[in-house]
Parts: sequence; C-alpha cells; structure tokens
Amino acid sequence: MVGAAAHADEDKYVGRRMLRVEDQTLLRGRGKFMDDLPVAKGTLHAAFLRSPHPHARIVSIDVSEALKQKGVKAVVTGEDIRPYTKPLIVGFENPMDYRGIALNKVRYVGEPVAVVCATDRYRAEDALKYIRVEYEPLAAIVDPVAACADDAPVLHDEVGSNRVSRRVFTHGEPEAAFAASDRQTEITIRYPRNSITPMETYGIVAEYQPDTGGYDVTSNFQGPFSVHAVMAIALKVPGAKLRHRSPPNSGGSFGAKLTMFPYIVVLSVCARLAGRPVKWIEDRLEHLSSSSVAPNRVTRIRAAYDADGTINALRMEHFDDHGAYLRAPMPAPIYRMHGLSTNCYRIPNVEVINNICMTNKCPTGAVRGFGGPQLYFAIERVIAQVAKDLGRDPLDLMRQNLIQADQFPYRAPAGALIDSGNYQQVVADTVDQGGLEELKARRDAARAEGRLYGIGYAMAVEPSQSNMGYISTLKTKEEREKAGPKDGAVASCTISVDPLGSVSVVGDSTPQGQGHQTTLAQIVADELGVPFEMVTVNLETDTQKDNWSIAAGNYSCRFSPASTSAAKTAAERVRRKMALIASRFMNVPPEDLLFKDGWIAAQSNPENRMEFRRVGGLAHWSPSSLPEGMDPGIREVAYWNAPELTPTTAKDEINTSLAYGFAFDFCGVEVDRDTGELRIDRYVTAHDCGTILNPGLAEGQIRGSFASALGASLYEEFVYKSDGTFLSGTFADYLIATAHEAIDPVMVDTVATPSPFTRLGAKGIAEGNQYTTPVCLANAVADAIGRQDITVPLTPAKVFEWVNGEEEPAPQAAAEDEAEDLIDYSGDALRGQGSTFVPASAEQVWQTLMDPAEMAAIIPGCKSLDKQADDHFTGVVSMGVGPVKGTFEADIRLENLKKPRSADITGSLIGALGTSRGRGRVTLVEGEGGVTVSYEYSIHLSGTVASVGGRLLSGAARALVNQFFRALVRRAAPEAKSEGGGLMRRLRARLGGKK
Amino acid sequence: MKILKDGSKTQVSFTLNGTEVDGYAEPRTLLSDFLRHEIGASGTHVACEHGVCGACTVVVDGKAVRSCLMLAAQAEGKEIRTIEGLAASDDSFNKLQDAFHKRFALQCGFCTPGILMTLSSLQDSGRRYTEPEIREALSGNICRCTGYREIVDAALDVLGDRVVA
Ligand code: FES
Ligand code: FES
Repeated sequence: MVGAAAHADEDKYVGRRMLRVEDQTLLRGRGKFMDDLPVAKGTLHAAFLRSPHPHARIVSIDVSEALKQKGVKAVVTGEDIRPYTKPLIVGFENPMDYRGIALNKVRYVGEPVAVVCATDRYRAEDALKYIRVEYEPLAAIVDPVAACADDAPVLHDEVGSNRVSRRVFTHGEPEAAFAASDRQTEITIRYPRNSITPMETYGIVAEYQPDTGGYDVTSNFQGPFSVHAVMAIALKVPGAKLRHRSPPNSGGSFGAKLTMFPYIVVLSVCARLAGRPVKWIEDRLEHLSSSSVAPNRVTRIRAAYDADGTINALRMEHFDDHGAYLRAPMPAPIYRMHGLSTNCYRIPNVEVINNICMTNKCPTGAVRGFGGPQLYFAIERVIAQVAKDLGRDPLDLMRQNLIQADQFPYRAPAGALIDSGNYQQVVADTVDQGGLEELKARRDAARAEGRLYGIGYAMAVEPSQSNMGYISTLKTKEEREKAGPKDGAVASCTISVDPLGSVSVVGDSTPQGQGHQTTLAQIVADELGVPFEMVTVNLETDTQKDNWSIAAGNYSCRFSPASTSAAKTAAERVRRKMALIASRFMNVPPEDLLFKDGWIAAQSNPENRMEFRRVGGLAHWSPSSLPEGMDPGIREVAYWNAPELTPTTAKDEINTSLAYGFAFDFCGVEVDRDTGELRIDRYVTAHDCGTILNPGLAEGQIRGSFASALGASLYEEFVYKSDGTFLSGTFADYLIATAHEAIDPVMVDTVATPSPFTRLGAKGIAEGNQYTTPVCLANAVADAIGRQDITVPLTPAKVFEWVNGEEEPAPQAAAEDEAEDLIDYSGDALRGQGSTFVPASAEQVWQTLMDPAEMAAIIPGCKSLDKQADDHFTGVVSMGVGPVKGTFEADIRLENLKKPRSADITGSLIGALGTSRGRGRVTLVEGEGGVTVSYEYSIHLSGTVASVGGRLLSGAARALVNQFFRALVRRAAPEAKSEGGGLMRRLRARLGGKK
Repeated sequence: MKILKDGSKTQVSFTLNGTEVDGYAEPRTLLSDFLRHEIGASGTHVACEHGVCGACTVVVDGKAVRSCLMLAAQAEGKEIRTIEGLAASDDSFNKLQDAFHKRFALQCGFCTPGILMTLSSLQDSGRRYTEPEIREALSGNICRCTGYREIVDAALDVLGDRVVA
C-alpha cells in the first residue's frame, strides 16, 4: 500500500485516503460527458468520409448526390475549408500544410476527406456513401528508417523528404569517453505504436457566431492550452474570439484528447458553412484508425563502459515515427525526455541524434508516458545487455551506476535538474518487500527442470510538470535566439469565499477521472481550516471567463506538482486576506491567527475567535468594515510558476521537467515453450513520487498505469501492413485486457522524498509503469530465452517463434479443418486455392462463366453486371465482412482466355468502405461425369474492410468462394441439385483448399 | 408481427427503472441511442458500438444486455434497469455503489455504469461468487483507468464468498 510510510498528519486532509467527491455524480449516472450535454435545437451532426488509401492523390470529389440526401445540410471538403483557415502550425518552421482534412492528397488510412453535416447522426453517416472520390493511389511507406531513404515515396512534396527534422546533441564528451572505455555494447530496439484508447471518444460541438465573427466550441480537449493559440491562428481569429469550454466530465484521455484540436478547427468551419452548430461524436473505428497514437520508434543505442561496469557514455540515434502529419506539440515526446537521456544513472557523456520521420500512418499525439517508454526501453535494454556481456548481475550493475542519494539536486548531462530522491533506498525496499531472493530461487528451480524462466529489472526517473520551453530544443541555438526564450509552466487557481462563507475553487487542470476535485478540496480545506465538505471545486474551463495559461490542461503529470501548488498559493492569499479582516475585529496581529475547524482564533487566546463564514461574509456585506485600502469580496487568483524551468541553454541542455520521481520494478516470467505464452509469476513495482496527497488516488494511478502498460507489453499494437493498410480497427483487433486477464502487481511501501520545488512536495505518479513495465517484461523474456532482440507486444505467436524458430505454433485447440489463416500481413493480403466438381460439361461451365446474366446470379451479392466488352464487365456488388457491409463498384476483366480450359480474372471492388483488387485463375479439366473447376486467387484489401474485418477476412473469403461455386453448380448443372447432400458434401470437401 | 417501415418512426414504450417511458424510434435506432437521446437517460454510456466494451450494458428483463447491440424496437414492453435506477429512493447509494465509492473503484466513471449493471444482474441471483467468477463475469467490460483490482474488490465486498482485506 502506498503512503503508509509517510506519516499522514491526523489534523490534515492532505495525505489522507479521502473518498472521492466525484463519485457522487458518476455512480448515479449523473455525469455530464460531452455527448450528454444538451445542444441547441437545429444542431447538425457530422460524419467524416475517410481515406481508404494509405497514400493517394485526390483526383476529384463529387458531393452532389450526397447533398440531395434527406437531412443533409452541408458537405464540406478540404477545398471548402481552405479560405477560412491557415495551416496548423507546429513548434518549428516547416512548409507542411495541414488543416485537419485532406487537401489534394491523402496520406493515411482514415484521413478525413469530407464532412457531412445532417440533421442526425444516422443520416449523416448514410450520406457518406453518396460522395464520390476518385483517387490515384501512390506507393506508401510505413517504416521510419526506410522512410528516410532517398528513394522512399515522399509524403509531403513541399518538404521534399520524409525526415522533417534531424538534430545531433552532444552533452559532455561522448566521443572521448567512447575512445577511452574498455568495452562497448550496441543494440537496436523497435518500440511499437500504441495508445491507451480512452473509453470516451472525442466529442465536439462547434458554432460560428456571425455577430462577433468568433467561434464557440465545447469539447473534451485535454490541453495543453498552448494549442488554443494554434487553433485561433488557424481559424484566423483573435484568441478571445475562439471560446473553448470543457464539459464537467471527461471519460479518460491518457493523452489522446490533445491532438483532437484539428477536428475542432474543421468542425468550426463546418458550422460556419452550414450556418448552424455542428456536433460530432467520434466512433471507435475512427478513434482507433485516426485519432492519436504514440510515435513508434527505432533506436540504435550503444553504451561505452569499463571492465568494472562503470558506464561512461551512451550514444543513441532515434528514428521517431510521427505518421502522416505533425500536429502541435509534436514531436514533443522525444524532446520531453531529452534532459533525461541518461535516465537515473551517473553517465556523464551522451550523444543523442533525433530523426523525426513521416510515414503513411495515423499522425501521433500524446500517450501516457509521453516519450518515456520509447527512451527507457532502449536504455534499460542496453544496460541489461551490458550486464550480460560482462557476466554481471543486472541489478548489481544498475546499482553501481545509480545516482547517489547525496547527489541531489543532480544535473544530468542533457540538462535535467533531478530535484530529489533516494534511489538506493527504493531499490532496497523493493528487493526486500518484493522477495527478490525467493524469486531467484524459483527461477533456478524452474530452470533446473528445463523450463524457460527469467527475471527482468527496470528503473526510471519519472518526470512531472513539463517545461513549456523544451520543444524549442528542437531548434538550433540561432533559431531559438531569433524566436525568443520559451520556458516555465504556469498553473492557475481561483478561490472565492461567498457571502455565506462557503468556499469555491476553480482550477485549470481539465481532469479525466484522476480525482482532482477531491485533491484540491483537501488542500484548500487544510489551508483555510474549514471542513472538507465546505469546499466546492469546479474544473470546467471556459477560455473567455476563467484563468488559464498556455500550460493549462492535464498532461505529463502536471497536476500533482503544479496545480496543487497554485491551489495552495491561492488559498494562502485568501487566508492572508481573511486574517487581516479578522485581526481588525479581534485586536490581534494577523500572524497570531489560526484557521481551524471553521473558526479563526487567536493562538495566544483561543477564546478570542470568529467564525470563518462570518469573516468571509463581512467582505461582501460590509466593505466599510474592511481594513483601509482592501478590495471588497474574497476572490484570489494565483498564477504559479517554477523558476527552475529555465529555457534551453546555448549548449542544448534543458531541464525538461520540474519534479522527478523514481520507479523501480522487477518481475519473474515463465515462457511456455509450446505456446509462446507468458506467465507472469510475480510483478513488483515501487514508486517514490514525493508527498502522497491521497493514497487512494495514488494507488489508483499506479494500478491504472500498470494495467495499461501491461496491455502495451502483451497485447496492444496498431498494426499496419507494409503497404500502409491498417488492420486494428476494432476492440477485437486492438486487444485490451479485461478483469479476466489483468494481474495485480505487488506494490512496495517505500520512501516519499518530497520535491523541494513544488509547494506540497508532490511529484507526478501516473506514468511510472508506462516507463518501466514494457522493458521490465522484455528484460525478463530476454533472460528467460537468451535472446537479445526483443520487441513488444510479447504476443504468443512472436515469442513462440523466438523460442522455436520459424515453425508454426502447435494448434491451440481442435481447429476447424480449414481454419488455416490465409492472411499474410506483410505481403499481398489474402490468398487461397481449391477446386470443385461440377456435374456438367466444360462447355456448359464455360458458357455460364462468360455470361454476364449468369454471373450476376452467381457472384454473391451482385446487384447488376454489364458487359462492356467480351472480356470486360462492370457492375455493382453489395457485401459485407463481419460488422461492415457496403456497396462496391465492380470492374472485372478476363485475360488469357483459353476456351474452354482456363481464364485469368482481374478485378477491383471500389466503395466507400474500401478498395479491393484481386487476381485469379480458373482452370477447367473435364473428367468422368463432369468437370473439375480449379481456382486460385489473391485479393488485396484496404480501407475500412481491412481495418475492422482483418481477422474475419480469410473466413469471409472462403465463404464467398464457397457461395460462388455452389451457385455455379446450380446454374451450370441445374439437374445436379437432386443429388442433394452428397454433392454438397463433396463440394465442401474440395473447397477452401489450403495454401 | 408489426412490420416497421424504413425511415419512419414508431412509438416504443417500456418500463425504465420502474417507470413507464415512451418515445419514437426508427426501426434501426439502437437501444443505447434511444435511451440516451430520446429518453434522456444518459447515464448509460457508449464506447465502442460494436459489442466489445460493455460500457452500454443495461439489464433487460433481469439479464445484462449490451444496449448498443439491441434495437429500441426490441425493447417494447420490456422491463429495463439502468444506472439511474440503482440508488435507493432516498438517494442513498445501494450496496454496489457504496462499495465502488469506498474502494476507489472508478476514475473517469465512463465504464462504470456498464460494470455496475453487469454486477447488478449478478446481484439478483442472490448467490455468492468467487473472485475468478467475478472476473469471468466482468470479462466483457473494459475499463481503461483502473487496473480492475479495485473493481473486483468492490464487487467481492457485495457479491463475494469471502471478506476482502
Ligand atoms: S458500446 Fe456497447 S459494447 Fe461497447
Ligand atoms: S473508470 Fe475510466 S474507463 Fe473505467
């Protein structure tokens, strides 16, 4: 249990397990999430038409049919939006023109191409299929390293290269250190794309106000509000004319609700063009394919060290993959971690090369951990490898290089000013409470039996409260000088005491479930000596009325260090003012006054006291009673900033965050040789995050972070084929653990080293396991199977291959006889072959196949088929795979016609749900009583069908082929029906042949 | 059987948390949309609309059902319970709500209504459950905020076969 060691002051709310005030609303189903808010009558609902192609030129868009549909009021394209917008800028100058919707070109599957605004959501979605878009597909690229090659297809012609930024940083003297060290170890790591996919998706209501020329938007945007400036510039309005409000509740974010702002811009213009407010609630496929993901990364990392294990230098080159567009504040994650490029170790020299790459995938955004999982995966893996190369115990080696307790505040070579900590104590407590020795004994016993068992370790400095200036590190010194300094991180809080003496608190932290209302009430109640229940906290935001700063919002563990500091500062101001008022009535100096239990009393004489609410009331009811020169009313605003957050230095050093916690994990893992499955025998996690404000909330953050990190380690990945096709469009493809799969970590009770730089000594706690868990498990698997190249997610198929080579895993259970998976994720999609027997002559079968009327009856879902030429047919086919059904335009050509023996068929299906292209060959061989029709095909799918139906496709294709041949038998040999079951059985037996 | 016409709206009525409600729905209107946008019972949440996450779970005639996979028209005449009906008539929490509150079993609260309704349907059986049974019962509910431990503990407090520390 967390915080048991920290001695909670009985008199204080801070540090106590106060139950959440938020629950009263949420447990009754009375939360007000984005989609729960009432909207003005006449509000339109938006639906997006999205690109089925990873990379294509838009030749034309025809919206005329869509506009005729019932309820449709506007259809908006990139061209329509252009006159009302400017490009959405990012933190460095570049010529990319991005406005949230495709202009001329699409660059990833799911990219918005057009928006239908209609009277309800069903109708808006219905109308999408009437928009006709002609694309000219282009070659796509999905690998960040390959994207940097000279011959790679370029996403942004105006940039000329997919590498939009490259910076080399040298801190200390890495070159000399490498030359002087005894040994070196190098590994390459690949960190995948994932996200924590909040349960509530994006929601926006936007309105244009012709009377003021401004926009009024309500959305579940999470901040940072620096992005408000990006939106206002893009919409060409002054900041004050873009009013942004947030609803009382937000259903999780974990970073995802940062990069929703391009949608705000698009929908604002839609509302303007439609002349009505427009509402949009993102659906799950949209969220998975096109909202926001963590950048995947390839890192080559090399360590230089001496034979005694002292690590002297690190060198790392990152290829950070941001998908199709950069959206502010991207590429922030890699820069947010820059100051911590040496993690928790005393490594004096480091070289870092950052390549920012564009590929044909969903653009990136914030994901809990924000750059940390990628960086620490590289560092903690290379340290484990160094230990292996030296034949040392990994934990021993880590300890040897750890920053010492007496070295804080410690200035890391890349600039982080690590405020405080006692890493040795955390490690000692964890080893002790987590039972490391016992775990080692279990490992040895398992290994003695020939089982694959490994132990992994991982450590991480946990940064919190970002320096708003760190992204400038991306620029050169000269560019920074030109642009002027950027630094700091402001938090604001407003506290009022009303005429009846109750207390209201307004903050700028836009929480998504972390319990901020509860925590702020604890802090303010303590400071003002009033009961917890007397404090009401409202964290809705309104940029036209409330105090906010560019740093406002909920991200990078900002709340615990910064928002709490602002609340404490504002509460102190209220207390000071009330003490001055009370001192006048009580005839004691204000310093002598104690605020406790709803009273203000003289410490020297507790009998001399006034009720808190009376003093508050005086400020409203009787301004004349106030001390000379004092403003009436009680409303104090605090803007709090940390002076430690200085700008990037001339040598590119940056104190990226304000307060730095520490996490240490170890785990024991067994790998099943036969299935590749992992069994986590024990997982132990420890966190020192400074002062614990509320242990109940802190534990919730640790467990929640652990659960999502476990998901990232074992299950979750956004999968793209090498051609850019997206395959993870449902929660059945992007797998998330439920209570059934979840495991509980052992949580260690360890030191709480307060931060000297935050008002309550608190540091962030919500991201720690994002940093440690994936690499801790990877280290354990590496230890178990003796392999260096480990990637997450650690799926059974992958681990099986590592253990057993390229063979197929043993089937899990009695599978269907034809259940072989025909999907080839890397190559050209779906393939199959088989044969069937038709009791008719080859001539009859051939006639049937060549007759459009016959074929229309045979092709499953065929609505019409017209003969354009003897070897060219076009038509309309309606069909579905799993949850997706749609209408497609078919174009079929016959080639190499060898009547009546064989024909090649090529064709395409094009529809709103995607495109498929295929080729096949049909061969007829006459035999006794009929003809054997053999076929083989390969089908390539893209778009929605591939995204949501991927896992169903091979089955669906077999079913369609099956239907096709049954129909062929029926048409070519009508009399064969009487054979009944026998023929069908024979037919089935021959269908769905394996590759 | 009543034949519903595409695009036209028909009246749908059922009992919601003990009270008769009615409204108009197209044949294709999902029960989740009908509850939220026609009746105004927005405590039931929608997070995937494809039957995987469980956020939209309501209890229909005593059984936990995903309201995103059911049409409003199919609810005609049924007895439906949702999160709004859990609290006692004096507005105090019922046992499950109370246990969730005391155990910190929710954060953003978006998944919570579905989870509470899943558990509430177990509660009706009157029997006690083991931890694996509770976890199994919750295997159709995704929560992204918690690590499920607190949820499972809260459920065991009310439905479990043992006292949890
Ligand atoms: S919304 Fe119904 S199961 Fe997800
Ligand atoms: S509490 Fe947020 S998803 Fe469960």
